[in-house]
Amino acid sequence: MRLILEKRPQASRLMYFSSPLLAIVLTVIVGGLIFAAMGQPPLRALYLYFIDPITNLWSIEEVLVKATPLILIGVGLAVTFRANVWNIGAEGQLTAGALMGSIIPILFTSWQSPLALFCMLVMGMIGGALLAAIPALLKVRFGVNEILTSLMLVYIVHLLLDWLVRGPWKDPFGYNFPKSIGFDDWHLLPTFGDGRVHLGLVIAIIIALILYWVMARTIKGFEVRVIGAAPRAGAFAGFSQAKMVWFCFLLSGGLAGLAGIIEVAGTIGQLQPNISPSYGFTAIIVAFLGRLNPIGVIFAGLLLAVSYIGGEGVQIELGMSDKTTQVFQGMLLFFILMCDTLIHYRLRFLKGNGGQL
Amino acid sequence: MSNLTMAEKPNFESVSKPLLEVKSLTKKFGDFVANDAIDLVLEAGNIHALLGENGAGKSTLVKMIYGALQPTAGQIIWQGQIVTIENPAAARELGIGMVFQHFSLFEALTVTENISLALPPHLRTSDLEERIANLSQDYGLPLNPRALVVDLSVGERQRIEIVRCLLQEPRLLIMDEPTAVLTPQEAQALFTTLRRLADEGCAVLYISHRLEEVKQLCHDATILRLGEVVAQLDPQQETAGTLAQHMVGSSVHAVSRQDNNQAGDTLLQLTNLYQQADTPFGVDLVDLNLEVRSGEIVAIAGVAGNGQGELFSALSGEVTNQDAAAITIQGQACGHTPINGRRQLQAAFVPEERNGHSAIGDFSLTENILLSRHAVADDQTPLHQGWAGIKRAELAKVNAEVASKYDVRSASIDAEAGSLSGGNLQKFVVGRELDRQPKVLIINQPTWGVDAGAAALIRQALIDLSRQGSAILVISQDLDEIFELADRVAVISRGQLSSSYKASAISREEIGLLMSQEKSAPANEATAQGSS
Repeated sequence: MRLILEKRPQASRLMYFSSPLLAIVLTVIVGGLIFAAMGQPPLRALYLYFIDPITNLWSIEEVLVKATPLILIGVGLAVTFRANVWNIGAEGQLTAGALMGSIIPILFTSWQSPLALFCMLVMGMIGGALLAAIPALLKVRFGVNEILTSLMLVYIVHLLLDWLVRGPWKDPFGYNFPKSIGFDDWHLLPTFGDGRVHLGLVIAIIIALILYWVMARTIKGFEVRVIGAAPRAGAFAGFSQAKMVWFCFLLSGGLAGLAGIIEVAGTIGQLQPNISPSYGFTAIIVAFLGRLNPIGVIFAGLLLAVSYIGGEGVQIELGMSDKTTQVFQGMLLFFILMCDTLIHYRLRFLKGNGGQL
Repeated sequence: MSNLTMAEKPNFESVSKPLLEVKSLTKKFGDFVANDAIDLVLEAGNIHALLGENGAGKSTLVKMIYGALQPTAGQIIWQGQIVTIENPAAARELGIGMVFQHFSLFEALTVTENISLALPPHLRTSDLEERIANLSQDYGLPLNPRALVVDLSVGERQRIEIVRCLLQEPRLLIMDEPTAVLTPQEAQALFTTLRRLADEGCAVLYISHRLEEVKQLCHDATILRLGEVVAQLDPQQETAGTLAQHMVGSSVHAVSRQDNNQAGDTLLQLTNLYQQADTPFGVDLVDLNLEVRSGEIVAIAGVAGNGQGELFSALSGEVTNQDAAAITIQGQACGHTPINGRRQLQAAFVPEERNGHSAIGDFSLTENILLSRHAVADDQTPLHQGWAGIKRAELAKVNAEVASKYDVRSASIDAEAGSLSGGNLQKFVVGRELDRQPKVLIINQPTWGVDAGAAALIRQALIDLSRQGSAILVISQDLDEIFELADRVAVISRGQLSSSYKASAISREEIGLLMSQEKSAPANEATAQGSS
């Protein structure tokens, strides 16, 4: 008796849509087992992790705040991964965007106009796109694997941020804490009411809707899908692989940069060594969980935002490690990729002696 | 695993029992029945043809015999014993060898190294080399054991696969369309080898759709259609026509063509075209010269892997050329122009590979229409417009037109391209281009892997287009097809193009000689020694 993966004659549509749901169910089950193994009541822990964050207003608000950068980065990565281009360095592009956009509030504090805020957002996008241009250039000119280069740049730019907030950009009146000055009101994104949800959420959803249209209905989206599905057919259609690498990196880098400056100008209000709990990496999970579809990414972004808040919840209520969040996110990605295998393959049990060669 | 090389010689005492018997063998993929209760008897010493169109179930059947697929129902009886063939290794242990249509060789390794990969690991290389040399000499399969595979022609590569099988002393050798990649002369040499093997008591299961060679070579034939055995007969007693009727199930209507003596202006011209291969194992194109005039079909014959793919890329503009004047379309120098620019000069292109080149399997047919036509200006109505996006209604209209004009049959009008049969998908990709009434058409292997009905329709459509004044360049390995279509023929060999000849004034043998020109002489014992 042995178990084999057999290629399906045609991709399964049912599995295509149910694979993320199956992955969530598996994550919940295995998560429950892990809680139990650690001596926690599994049902209560799961409740605290997944349900509690959406039962009261303040935590719903917090979910939306965390979903904002996840959606922004996730939609860019969804387009990029569709084209078979692998930008793994969104976390670094987020930081680069935050740095570039913060030039205005930190160095030009006195420029107080709505235009300043707009320029900050644009510069954030430019910062992210510039950093993303490095792996794109290396890939197109020298054929360097973009997964490695984009990932390594994350650590470089993170150290740059660290140096800036401990050095030149440190708040002179900040009691020597590694922080920049707090941004002026003109340099902060407006919030809804007195809450924490800011304009960034609206921007993220609008961009997701635009990208949905681009991908589903325009020739550019067609180009992305063609090159991702069959590079030779892309050449036959007259689409350039190299231009696609540039397009994907500039788009996803720009959106990650935008997420960075939005996070700084919307949620934190100043630069500090840690501006993101790995949003750029979590957005990879968001993109896959959302089926690389911008609308799907909105929902996936919300779910992963819940996982952040839930992780804090079990940390506070049950005294569990703050690594819980990462474990759950890792499991989720693992199970999605695993379940996605079942789109093209099915499991079959074979009778007989499988060991014989 | 027992030592395969020590396998017994064929046992002539047991000839009374058939070597292999297949009883109501059935294979289902989901609801689809690929093989429906197939019965087949193979006798030792016989060459048995397995005939059928693409999709008739030939490959499924031999894969079950070779252990690559497991039957849904039915029995395989090997020398009187019911056997379950778990996998290809088990098949080889029984004495069943197979030479696939697509070779599995490592180009960067030598002949000996490639062969040793299939054998038990404890063999000494020098012993193996000697055995390869002896065997290849014995069977008239000249091979230099130390040559790198990358330097060998397709015919020589096939010999490696055959020698690899012979080293395991098979009692049944399965050959899948072996002559598809050979020149007529190489094919004759192969037949000699196969006859010799049969004389020694080995059975050969010979898959083909080339009827003439089946008549020439085989003792028995089994014909499959739609997964069922429709006839078992003696090919010597049949004509190619009656065999074809059995395969197709109805008589194939011949393509009609009148000779064209009034070719017009030159619409496509190659002048000293050089093109470096962009992959390490590609073929460089060297100094190609050719002109194709309005109203004529020019065919480029040649054995696969002699630069046909590179020539197609250079002509289509998927790979652009250093020299703008090397290629002109309708008089315009366009060596620098990428593919869509050439399409705007009313040229159209059909690549060889349907899956992933001329079409994308998991895209719908309408999306596949867009693939080659999104940038073509001579469409009356644009197929897409900026932010307003893709005009689905227009695409559906074009798709419906192509489907009805070129008889594209699919489960639904906008099915996924991958769900169409090879023949229907080829009719679709050819129709998609012909529907534009291009002035210049370049088509690579127009009916490769396509059933006879679809092939006839495509060939007729090409002839009709040329007679309306278009210039057509056909790249093909199939000499039957070339003689059916072409007004003039040129031959490509090792990236070089012969001058062109009137199709009515050149014979198959002459084309065969041109095909093997410029090739390195076949390796022989002397060169093998010389390198040691």
